[in-house]
Amino acid sequence: MKATIHITLKNGVLDPQGKAIENALGQLGFGGVNEVRQGKLIEVDLDESDPAKAEAALAEMCEKLLANTVIENYQIHLNDA
Amino acid sequence: MQAAVIVFPGSNCDRDVAVCLEAAMGQAPLMAWHGDAALPKCDLIVLPGGFSYGDYLRCGSMAANSPIMREVVAQAQKGAAVLGICNGFQVLTECGLLPGVLMQNTGLNFVCRNTRLTVTNNKTAFTAQYAAGEEITVPVAHNEGNYFADDDTLKQLQDEDRIAFTYAPSDNPNGACLDIAGISDKAGRIVGMMPHPERRAEAALGGEDGKRMFTGIVEALS
Repeated sequence: MKATIHITLKNGVLDPQGKAIENALGQLGFGGVNEVRQGKLIEVDLDESDPAKAEAALAEMCEKLLANTVIENYQIHLNDA
Repeated sequence: MQAAVIVFPGSNCDRDVAVCLEAAMGQAPLMAWHGDAALPKCDLIVLPGGFSYGDYLRCGSMAANSPIMREVVAQAQKGAAVLGICNGFQVLTECGLLPGVLMQNTGLNFVCRNTRLTVTNNKTAFTAQYAAGEEITVPVAHNEGNYFADDDTLKQLQDEDRIAFTYAPSDNPNGACLDIAGISDKAGRIVGMMPHPERRAEAALGGEDGKRMFTGIVEALS
């Protein structure tokens, strides 16, 4: 089973890169951009075929390594094969 | 006393720290490789600066999960003194020995220059040879040194007198909360700092302000 994990900065955590991208978009003439936040997308391919077990395993991976929960949130999306 | 410097792939200040420790102790520290699962009992463990594992995923995150770190955490919990410098500080936050996280500098640039620091707490195991409030000059060299923690954690650090070093307010190189340059655990035996004391530990390097970190901890442990 394949999964994608979105890791994003928590609300209130300063995102200097997002801010720089936002400014660059403005300079390129893209109007109406209120805010840009940059995150990470991680793709994982698992042996596990049971969605609940896969999600539990991925959550543990996020807690232990993939995300730093002091500043980051994670969202797990299971992709149907 | 037994001291060890942990060497990760990508560490680049390990030998500088070893020189400082040897000068302070009169004997060379053990250089311990990240893949080792065992570490002899140590009184002092230093996590050096550098770019462990290429800073993959997040600075310090891969190193924090390397085999040797299980042993470092276990010995730290039994009272070994631990110093994390720059990338070593990032590893200490990632492995949970110190709170908070080092985020990207607000200026988005790698900053490599001298900074003016205040010794905010001279009661840690590492800072006893400085006067309280003493101003020293120590260089930084990092892209992710912007110390961040939630408000409760920051208040706790203040209340428990765990902020070891602050940047002079006009000299904060990275946007760190409360101008924090270094913090300690509650007992003052685990210290993490972004500036590099080993890079200013002898006159030939431009000054000796960093030297007392090493002579201080050796004195405290002897």
